[in-house]
Amino acid sequence: MPKLNSYRELEHLRERLREQRQSITTTMMVCGGTGCQASRSQAVIDAVRDELSRQVPDHSVRLCVTGCHGFCEQGPVIIIEPGNVFYCHVSPEDAFEIVYQTVMNGEVIERLLYEDPLSGQRFRTESEVPFYKAQDRRILSQNRMVDPCSIEDYIVAGGYAALTRVLNGIAPEEIINEIKASGLRGRGGGGFPTGRKWDECMEAPGDEKYVICNADEGDPGAYMDRCVLEGNPHLVLEGMMIGARAIGAGKGYIYVRNEYPLAVKNSRIAVEQARELGLLGGNILGSSFSFEVDIARGGGAFVCGESTALMASIEGKVGEPRPKDVHTVVDGLYHKPTTLNNVETWANVPSIILNGSSWFASKGTKGSKGTKILALTGRIKNTGLVEVAMGTSIHEVVFDIGGGAANGNPIKAVQTGGPSGGCLPLDKFDLAIDFDVLAEAGSMVGSGGMVVMDEETCMVDVAKYFLTFLQDESCGKCLPCRVGIDRMLEIITDITEGRGRMEQLDLMEELADTISQTAMCGLGKTAPNPVLSTLRYFRPEYEAHIKEKKCPAGVCKALITYSIDPDKCNGCGVCVRGCVHGAITGEKKQVHVIDDQLCQKCGICRSECKFDAIQVT
Amino acid sequence: MQPQALDAILEGRRSQPNQLIEVLQDIQENFGYIPREAIKSVSQELGVPLIEVYRVASFYKAFRLNPTGKHLLTMCTGTACHVRGSNLLLDHAIDQLGIKPGDVTPDGLFSIEHVNCLGACALGPIVAENGSYHKHMTPAKLRKLIETLSHQKTEDAHHAQA
Repeated sequence: MPKLNSYRELEHLRERLREQRQSITTTMMVCGGTGCQASRSQAVIDAVRDELSRQVPDHSVRLCVTGCHGFCEQGPVIIIEPGNVFYCHVSPEDAFEIVYQTVMNGEVIERLLYEDPLSGQRFRTESEVPFYKAQDRRILSQNRMVDPCSIEDYIVAGGYAALTRVLNGIAPEEIINEIKASGLRGRGGGGFPTGRKWDECMEAPGDEKYVICNADEGDPGAYMDRCVLEGNPHLVLEGMMIGARAIGAGKGYIYVRNEYPLAVKNSRIAVEQARELGLLGGNILGSSFSFEVDIARGGGAFVCGESTALMASIEGKVGEPRPKDVHTVVDGLYHKPTTLNNVETWANVPSIILNGSSWFASKGTKGSKGTKILALTGRIKNTGLVEVAMGTSIHEVVFDIGGGAANGNPIKAVQTGGPSGGCLPLDKFDLAIDFDVLAEAGSMVGSGGMVVMDEETCMVDVAKYFLTFLQDESCGKCLPCRVGIDRMLEIITDITEGRGRMEQLDLMEELADTISQTAMCGLGKTAPNPVLSTLRYFRPEYEAHIKEKKCPAGVCKALITYSIDPDKCNGCGVCVRGCVHGAITGEKKQVHVIDDQLCQKCGICRSECKFDAIQVT
Repeated sequence: MQPQALDAILEGRRSQPNQLIEVLQDIQENFGYIPREAIKSVSQELGVPLIEVYRVASFYKAFRLNPTGKHLLTMCTGTACHVRGSNLLLDHAIDQLGIKPGDVTPDGLFSIEHVNCLGACALGPIVAENGSYHKHMTPAKLRKLIETLSHQKTEDAHHAQA
């Protein structure tokens, strides 16, 4: 495509593309996101493509391979428009029928519809599915409209209109005022007001400034940034362009983790396409604004979520943070003023410019505006990406959208905010998803990870898990973090292995306090949160480990034993054959027995037994 | 290690120390790990002290300084996978293969690594075999996967002999 030299040329292109697509009567949107790809969606895509070329050679049906639709648990998923028909768990063998019956003859295939696990009711359309119904999908819903590798799709869907508006007469100060008025706060974890950050960066002296998109997503258990960047990279790019225009930056970086190969690939393609069309480069759309973007691949270090460490990493150095006496908006990448926002924050920017700050602020609470994408995972029925208005209660997310407990075990907690956040118990589920409310309760919204835990999750083990993670990820530069986390991990290992003493709990709290007060960067300061929140809300579990030498959830290996429930065992022999340690014996159709001395607690028998007869106590 | 491949990676990036991580990423993508000789060349070509190249290569989790086995089993140990029992999977792989994460089995067939998150949290626990994801894994499923992969080798060898 030729380079666009003015706003008008972009609008002409948009009209022309829309006209070209008028002959398309049906669109099949197949999810090609990482979740669905793990469910072999590529084979489905290939099969649908084959069927379309056989059955509908006139190109009136368009196959759109999109980014993540959010309901990863049900993948591969297909949506067919018009009609909003939603098919899940689609296999390549279904392709013929889908094209023949639904696309050609408008008939719905009952067995591919989503079935509510509670009521058994089937839902015909995507919007009726309870998982989607209770959501407010301002950003995620755009994923299903576009093929992430097609700038045309993005333009047809109204893309780069916000950029046009900005270049066509909104002064940088006005952009910043609009973002300030919207109340947008950083979606990466900190929740810092975005407009204020931009303002400080614009005011900072210097001609050379940078914008950075943080797509490093270090929180293990969160993947919303991956899905937005993977599924709609031009939206993120457009947000960055608007930010760059506002603060006066000429260069931007997308810092994306290399473990996300699809996100790396799609953002590279997007940058290339935008460059080709003249949406990146010199004098964009004939204006005085020039801007370039590079992709920098992260090396998989959690500490690089810290702004100063991330910037060191872009410079090709070890990702160690530095003290932030002078903020990065003044002294950032290559010591130049730099604005760093995360993927979801950037993705919110274009719609704020297009629809106005009051539209954005119409959702949310007093201190937290707009919507938030959450990665709802763990021990619940409906797992996937969820976008809700700020202020929605945890209860609504876990039970109305998430569908509640997965396997009958009562839900007991939710972990929010990743390694810097905390665990909240069931009686706190009426709390709202709100930066300030969750912080008050000892956790945080963070980047939006929500890991649901049930009676089979040991909270001491969870705290140990995060300490192990943080000890591994600590860069080692400052002592409180490097040594303090190590000591805490020693104590908690003692507790999980039956050597714990009650006075160690006080010592751990003292250590936690010291680390949070004296560590240099955010990683260290917040590192004690998982321990503190579990101690605050689940102290009886710690006490059971210490006093009774028992793990109530049946997780901590040193404190549990495997046995077979004689009432449930029907002597099928699966566990006897499956046990690689020779620990299970028993005749066919006789109750089997586990030899405690030989049992390695590896869990194979438990995952194989169809009668739920293996007990862990 | 093929010097031409390294040359292609360094092309256009020479004497630019800020390209260090990008260069190392490409080297790993190409060779599967960061070979010792590559570290030396990178140091010279980018103008970064050898110790600094090594420091960066050993600081970031993404970089491996040793080759992997034919089948690299990547165990996701993210929070979502953890609460669904990913620790049992890692323990099992270590037990069944008799190697620690980062090591290679003596026959060169397997290595194990654990990563913080593969970003498919809704489908956990996840085990990736050479980048291809296996969802909802259990210790029993992992055992079968490892067995299947080991048999492939025997069959390959059998075919080769035939």
